Amino acid sequence: MAKSNADASRIAMNGLIVDQLRFMHRGPYSFGIPSSSVFGLSGSSGSGKTLMLRAISDLDPYTGRISLNGIDCQSLSGPEWRQKVAWLPAESLWWHETVGAHFWKRPSLEWFNELGFGEEVTQWEISRLSTGEKQRLAILRLLQHHPAALLLDEPTASLDKNNIAVVEKFILKYLSDCQGLAVWVSHDSGQLDRVAACHYAMQLDGSLRQLR
Amino acid sequence: MNVIPLGAFELSLASLLVLLLAWLSFRTRLEIEKPLLIAALRTTVQLSLIGVVLNTVFASVNFWLVMLVWVVMLTAAGYEVMARQKVRVKGPGRFFIGASSMLVSSFSIMVLILALVIKVEPWYSPRYAIPILGMLLGNTMNGIALAMNTFSSLAWNRRAMIEQRLALGQTAIAAVEDIWRESVRTGLIPIINSMAAAGLVSLPGMMTGQILAGNTATDAVRYQILIMFMISSGTGFGVILSLWLMRRRMFDGRSRLRMRDSFHVS
Repeated sequence: MAKSNADASRIAMNGLIVDQLRFMHRGPYSFGIPSSSVFGLSGSSGSGKTLMLRAISDLDPYTGRISLNGIDCQSLSGPEWRQKVAWLPAESLWWHETVGAHFWKRPSLEWFNELGFGEEVTQWEISRLSTGEKQRLAILRLLQHHPAALLLDEPTASLDKNNIAVVEKFILKYLSDCQGLAVWVSHDSGQLDRVAACHYAMQLDGSLRQLR
Repeated sequence: MNVIPLGAFELSLASLLVLLLAWLSFRTRLEIEKPLLIAALRTTVQLSLIGVVLNTVFASVNFWLVMLVWVVMLTAAGYEVMARQKVRVKGPGRFFIGASSMLVSSFSIMVLILALVIKVEPWYSPRYAIPILGMLLGNTMNGIALAMNTFSSLAWNRRAMIEQRLALGQTAIAAVEDIWRESVRTGLIPIINSMAAAGLVSLPGMMTGQILAGNTATDAVRYQILIMFMISSGTGFGVILSLWLMRRRMFDGRSRLRMRDSFHVS
């Protein structure tokens, strides 16, 4: 009995735990996402999906508790937390001239290749990238610190069918390699069926409804 | 030897040039005639008043009187810096960030120079203390206003970009690193340029004044070099301090960008 209790608490501590999360007059939200799984989230624009991802990555003030694998958000500094719980915005912005300047830990060539780039991509100028190229590179940029939790805000919205499959496969492989987890926001329920273990919809009043 | 005195007639002759410029602006719809005339009027009134005040202050070497003049100068400079910000800190910080940076940089440098370099007795002798703080403030004010305006405007315009840098796990300092550098440079470039051009292109105002008043050029030059060093260091330290205070307002303890909470567009 004692053993199974200990097991239960260990399991409960694993993954991303969101408890009584409130931000910007929204919530409370409480849910848990186990390691190596994907939490699918959809909902019409303006329902607050992005705000929730921002709060979980501690970019907006919140009340309640958020923890990842037993580590409470508040026990780390903001930047340390965001290195573990990484938010991928719907549209990526770039501030240096070249792709390479945005990488302080150069990803492996294998990763570049898997997303359809060669090594020379680091020399490319940002101004010459297409929207789809920017998005795929933004995913590589996000993974520099090897985050254990990804908050993906419509990660494939700007991609063509071919690249959608490539990116889905790449992210799922990353998650299974490092026992990571993700919140995956998408308007495509077919995509969420493919990648996510469960599918919640955010209603206009901000509440979460489980679809699957 | 004394300066040839100027009377009201000579000054009004010179004012005709300003009026001519205002007329040109009016005719060609440059729409700068109103601020130009108001500024010219302010210069006349403010300088005439300060002339009267300074005569009184110079006559009595009274520390508290000198102190009062300094406080008035600093407050005016603080307001001027505030007025030049497009994106301002909310609350009293909109005045105090600029004013305290100028207090720390200009004031301490002035005391240092008066007491240790010029060694005037007493150190607050108004004939030295007031013009020197005036020159320091006038220049640090420009530098600080330029730097603060650049910093807050750039941060405001690029706030989405700063947040994406934070989202990648960068610290607050790293996320505004390039904006910080650009703002410090913007604040310091005018004084660096004027140091580089001094003597070749321009004879700085203080030196010109001393020469007109009959001092030897070598004496005037030594004072001018001293003033240039004071101004450039005072501007640099003041700029860094003001941007440091401003950056503290941009982020909270969790390194979240709080532009919308702490700043507003005026």
